[in-house]
Amino acid sequence: MTAPEGGAAAGSAGEGAVLEVVRAGALTTVQDLGRHGHAHLGVPRSGALDEPAHRLANRLLGNPQTAATLETTVNGCALRVSSRTVAVVTGAACPVTMDGRPAPWGVPFRVPAGAVLEAGAATYGLRSYLGFAGGVAVDPVLGSRATDLLSGLGPPPLRDGDLLHLGARTARAAASVEHSADSDSAAGPYAAGGAYAGNGATPAPADAAPWAGPPGELLLPVVFGPRADWFTARGRRTLLTGAYRVSPDSNRIGLRLEGPEPERAHEGELPSEGMVLGAVQVPPEGRPVVFLADHPVTGGYPVIGVVPEPHLAAAAQAPPGTPVRFAPSS
Amino acid sequence: MVLPVGRHALLVELPTAEAAEAFHAELLRRSADGSLTERAGGVREIVPGARTVLLDGLPEPHRLAGELARWRIPPLSRGSGPAIELPVRYDGPDLADVAARWGVTPQEAARLHAATEFRVAFCGFAPGFGYLTGLPEEYAVPRRSDPRTRVPAGSVGLAGAYTGVYPRSSPGGWQLIGTVVRTALWDPQREPAALLTPGTRVRFMPEPARAGEAGEAEEPEDQEQPAGSDGPRGPGGAAEPAPSGDEP
Repeated sequence: MTAPEGGAAAGSAGEGAVLEVVRAGALTTVQDLGRHGHAHLGVPRSGALDEPAHRLANRLLGNPQTAATLETTVNGCALRVSSRTVAVVTGAACPVTMDGRPAPWGVPFRVPAGAVLEAGAATYGLRSYLGFAGGVAVDPVLGSRATDLLSGLGPPPLRDGDLLHLGARTARAAASVEHSADSDSAAGPYAAGGAYAGNGATPAPADAAPWAGPPGELLLPVVFGPRADWFTARGRRTLLTGAYRVSPDSNRIGLRLEGPEPERAHEGELPSEGMVLGAVQVPPEGRPVVFLADHPVTGGYPVIGVVPEPHLAAAAQAPPGTPVRFAPSS
Repeated sequence: MVLPVGRHALLVELPTAEAAEAFHAELLRRSADGSLTERAGGVREIVPGARTVLLDGLPEPHRLAGELARWRIPPLSRGSGPAIELPVRYDGPDLADVAARWGVTPQEAARLHAATEFRVAFCGFAPGFGYLTGLPEEYAVPRRSDPRTRVPAGSVGLAGAYTGVYPRSSPGGWQLIGTVVRTALWDPQREPAALLTPGTRVRFMPEPARAGEAGEAEEPEDQEQPAGSDGPRGPGGAAEPAPSGDEP
């Protein structure tokens, strides 16, 4: 990825920091809240799969909620920072180091110029989020910086040697530079001292992020429809009682499952129809797929039910082999 | 019929493709004048399908569900909606096969296709790929039994009674009858990014074959491809397209 033009042009204080990708990892992409409002043109929504973890990273840094973070997969990534900034790692728990020394997870910390920040292999979950004060400033496409792996919109996945610019910091994010934890202090609070001082209405400090992590078993509520009638009553029961597992073929498009095949009431395909995030589509070979952020906007295989959006973050953090059960919901 | 989809969406199913296009047109009208948003409390996406329209991102879908079924939908007037013309060369590798299925010569097949007024019924498969209706059902053709691994950008393909134009090069199984020239179907820097948006009327305008150019069709304006458009690398990425059942 080349440096986006204009990224360094503004040159206000603290801007122009560049990330050099030292180790891209298995799959690291730029993500934000996604491209909404373009589904009718065939454009997937994309965006961070574990949206709460992505939002938390921005909140901890004082970034606007539209700022982009880096989403890693399985084994993290390593980046060299050209000038000092503040970073935070959220999402899948992982060892965090700076120039080889331990740095905190879930807590913003200062990164000096030239330091290499590394998020290691996930010890729990799959996808970690690396946030930086000012956000990752690749050029937006249709209002979003997110990498969409289905349609190829947004920047390609990171490769070793790529350079990424960081955006201008907001006043709040700039303040977090001054008050963030030093790298060798595992949990120094940054907000208490001065980031929000002086207005008498100091928000609750959010220094550390509790994160329950994915459970040993993924329980997915499912609202039946719109095509539950394409399956027999027994087929619908199969979905609710079947012991499914997360397939290693899962990706940003869908959580693919291994397990029993819900019995169809009739064969064939539907004329193409719109698909929603969380749709549980059953392709002809019978193994359900739960649609994640990069899902196709239309499809012809019947959707037996829909997993409500708040439950998809856990789905995105479930490693292959995780047992999955569906529970009826309304 | 109005089918609930999860907690925040509705799928409206219509008896015919034409009724679905008319219903979509009505939704756009009510969306433009603000009455839809007012009634629904907000709509994030309106996604037409072959015989359906999906309304996604509704705060309270049940409020709208009962009402939608009672709407009176005016029939689609063929002359309505924005219109565009696409310059085309009928030079596709499957033109002769398609013509044979129609029982006409390739020249007549091209003439017939160019005389048709199409309408973008819905999009899917790739950004900017529109499913165009307009050809009568008796001209429906099957997809190729051996899909091509690379269909060039701008290729005009037929499958069923649909016509589609590949916005960028990709694998594809539609029968290719021609090439749209000098026109980018998809350009994220342009507003709108997609030339073919649902409801747009489309005519294909045959380009006269120019001397000395036969057989070396000018490279369709292969718009700048995002470097990642060939798909992702590495584990966790989508090595193969998602199952969706509608890949052209």
